[in-house]
Amino acid sequence: MTFFTSFSSLALLIVVIAIATYLFSRRKVTQAAAADHVKPHSLARYYGLYAGAWALLPAFLVLVVWTLGSQPFIDANVQTLLVQAYPDLEKGFLDLKLAQVQNIAAGLIESQDETLLKLADDYAEALQQASNLRTSIVLLAMLVAVIYAYRRVSPALKARILFETLLRRAFFIAAAIAIVTTVGIIASLLIEAVRFFSQYGLLDFFFGTHWSPNVALREVAAGAADEDVGGSTGSFGMLPVMAGTLLVATIAMAVALPIGLFAAIYMAEFASKRVRDVVKPTLEVLAGVPTVVYGFFAALTAAPFFRAIGLNLGLDVSAQSALAAGAVMGVMIIPFISSLSDDVITAVPQSLRDGALGLGSTRGEMVTKVVLPAAFPGLVGAFLLAISRAIGETMIVVMAAGVSAKLTANPLESVTTVTVQIVMLLTGDTAFDSLKTLSAFALGITLFTATLLLNIAALTAARRLGQRYE
Amino acid sequence: MSNVVQKLGAKKRAAIIEASLKKRHAKERRLRAYGVAAIIFAIGFLVTLLSTVIGNGYTALQQTQVKIDLEIPIAKLLNDEGQFDEKRLRRYGWGSSIKKSFRTNFPDVTDRMAQRALGELVSANAGFELRQLVEAAGPEATLPTSFWVKTSDDVDMLMKGRMDRNLPEQQRRLSDQQIAWVDALVADGKIRKVFNTTFFTAADSREPESAGILGAVVGSALALMVTVILSLPLAVMAAIYLEYFAKPGKVTDFIEVNINNLAAVPSIVFGLLGLSVFLGFFGLPRSAPLVGGMVLALMTLPTIIIATRASIRAVPTSIRDAALGIGASRMQAALDHVLPLAAPGILTGTIIGLAQALGETAPLIMIGMVAFIVDVPTSVTSPATALPVQIFIWADSAERAFYERSSLAIVVLLLFLIAMNLTAVMLRRKFEKKW
Repeated sequence: MTFFTSFSSLALLIVVIAIATYLFSRRKVTQAAAADHVKPHSLARYYGLYAGAWALLPAFLVLVVWTLGSQPFIDANVQTLLVQAYPDLEKGFLDLKLAQVQNIAAGLIESQDETLLKLADDYAEALQQASNLRTSIVLLAMLVAVIYAYRRVSPALKARILFETLLRRAFFIAAAIAIVTTVGIIASLLIEAVRFFSQYGLLDFFFGTHWSPNVALREVAAGAADEDVGGSTGSFGMLPVMAGTLLVATIAMAVALPIGLFAAIYMAEFASKRVRDVVKPTLEVLAGVPTVVYGFFAALTAAPFFRAIGLNLGLDVSAQSALAAGAVMGVMIIPFISSLSDDVITAVPQSLRDGALGLGSTRGEMVTKVVLPAAFPGLVGAFLLAISRAIGETMIVVMAAGVSAKLTANPLESVTTVTVQIVMLLTGDTAFDSLKTLSAFALGITLFTATLLLNIAALTAARRLGQRYE
Repeated sequence: MSNVVQKLGAKKRAAIIEASLKKRHAKERRLRAYGVAAIIFAIGFLVTLLSTVIGNGYTALQQTQVKIDLEIPIAKLLNDEGQFDEKRLRRYGWGSSIKKSFRTNFPDVTDRMAQRALGELVSANAGFELRQLVEAAGPEATLPTSFWVKTSDDVDMLMKGRMDRNLPEQQRRLSDQQIAWVDALVADGKIRKVFNTTFFTAADSREPESAGILGAVVGSALALMVTVILSLPLAVMAAIYLEYFAKPGKVTDFIEVNINNLAAVPSIVFGLLGLSVFLGFFGLPRSAPLVGGMVLALMTLPTIIIATRASIRAVPTSIRDAALGIGASRMQAALDHVLPLAAPGILTGTIIGLAQALGETAPLIMIGMVAFIVDVPTSVTSPATALPVQIFIWADSAERAFYERSSLAIVVLLLFLIAMNLTAVMLRRKFEKKW
């Protein structure tokens, strides 16, 4: 029985029925056309596709919506049962119990607790009922749709036009997913961030100079939060975190900008084609290395290396210095800057170069006095995109930068960044709607806004370059 | 300036120009030298990175084992029907009998503390693995009287030269006495190094010597499967819409802006989206490759859309015009005539997008694929981790032996990436058409 109610087997069943519908509808129309000696409006396959789409889409829609939508209902039901069973437990413990019940029901863990076992039985039964109901409703929806479509199939039906309209709409929806994703990102971040700001002052967050979220583990009634900021509820002043992010990003840009730019200039203006053909793909390899690998290198090779140098010079370099994280991040960004700059430099019209050389300038002068100024807006665009990359980069700083927020500009010290804090706040066991986890979303929306603005600025700058020489 | 130069004699003038030219050429040479230095730095870093990872990782291909003389009373483990009895298997002291046998190598060690220190040389999982070996051999098998079992990771590190014997005793994980025991065993020929199959056939473990990447590789494969199933059709549909059906206007512009912007959104933001929407709102299971794949699909969507549009545009318009001219509908021209010709390019773009997705770590951490999971995942909803996340977890562990395994896992990850990118390049070479 469970075989017919599991998601994958039900999906398989739907596909099989849809294929059958395709075949039968196609046969129906060819036979009808032959019997009546008429030519069908569309090619035979379109009748099959038309009916097949009717078989497939409503059923799949119901299946997915039901699957995604029913779980919260069942959980809510069990939750009320849990509240009845344990009337005086706190919410966090209730969630824990719910997870226990789910695991017992799934047979993952065993328990001797009678109440829990009873709840788990109820839960398993509710799940079973829900999936039985799902199978019946999906199959019913399918049956209705298939009968409707199969009856409509006849040589006179404009099947191709109907099917192509459907496809066009589906294509539009696929394209609109980009919008849905953006809206989803903004909405999900904003909703949680608003919940955070309803408990914590906006100004305190953006201009506070003290960041220590971990105190928030001792949960206090939300009302006390306003009176006692920085006390028992933890404090969420993001300035030190922002400062750390900017410090690491600045170090990264200090490494990536000169190296990336000089490499791009050399490759675009001086290198022979043979050198270019070798060097360009090699730099792209650097871009293809996953960030976790850079993080590994930064934490376990670069950081001890900088520390050893510091020791020789009599400097105290932290084991998780901003320098190590920033420098390795800079190397990660080199190919990004060099390939963008390369594109921008080669986009400068040849006539400008010819003019400069014709007036007797050396190639070097041509580059520094003509090509680079002409490419300047595009280079600014590349630079801004690279900064956006640097502040959004996560793994390198999670592995190589610190976790404690300090308001410092010393690259030898350990700093923390926005992305590190998001990861720290949302991994580990905390109630999902504590002030601590909500603050991660406030950081998230700040990060998203910052990168969005940088990207828009970069696009505007690049567009200005395009307008100059079109 | 030029006036001044002109007033001078021809010889002097030539000398000044010569000098200034020299300066100007030197400037140009400097510019070139900076470029060369920049490129050398970048390539040098790449070489350092790769050699560090390989240099640290290759030793994880071997595992140290120690020889144990042990006769297993197989009759005691069987029930009346001659099959293994679960209860008896469980009750037999696998670990303790290994330790007891191991101690016979050093009969003069009688002190409790010393015996414990001696026991620490053998892997904590050796008993469990011996039991699996016996069970796999079957109840009728004649078992050998000596077994090679894994040593602890500390002995492994010592044997591979990853532990500095010259350090003061307190800074080492093995005491002088323990090292002396190991040396005695080596002299007896009771220690050997073999190929580390566990690394490729096991999932994660608390003990480095029992940890492997199979669970993470399967988790990554499942997530990527979900990614490609979701993102490839959606991306192709979106690209066809934007190339052939979208009417120029605000909606289309807005879609394009969104696609371009999504390509530049930090990956961790996608993780936040997955956490609050897929896990929080829809209640999908935590740590599941299904959710990981969905998040990665949203991330790779822009990449594949952009690649698909480029390869659709590369198909000459004459193909489409000819199709339309002989009466194909716009949809037929797009799907039956342009799309097959654009397919190799789309495939190349998809593989490159998937290679990026394979290396992504941060969003997967956000949706809980960072958990400690000892089982190889069997479905897209079972808890799993992914290869890059496994690297992250191991790199964070204190044991030196995990560091080595993390490096080797990086090598494996890079090999997968190289394979994918080479496939993409070869596809492009093979099917690239000059129209």
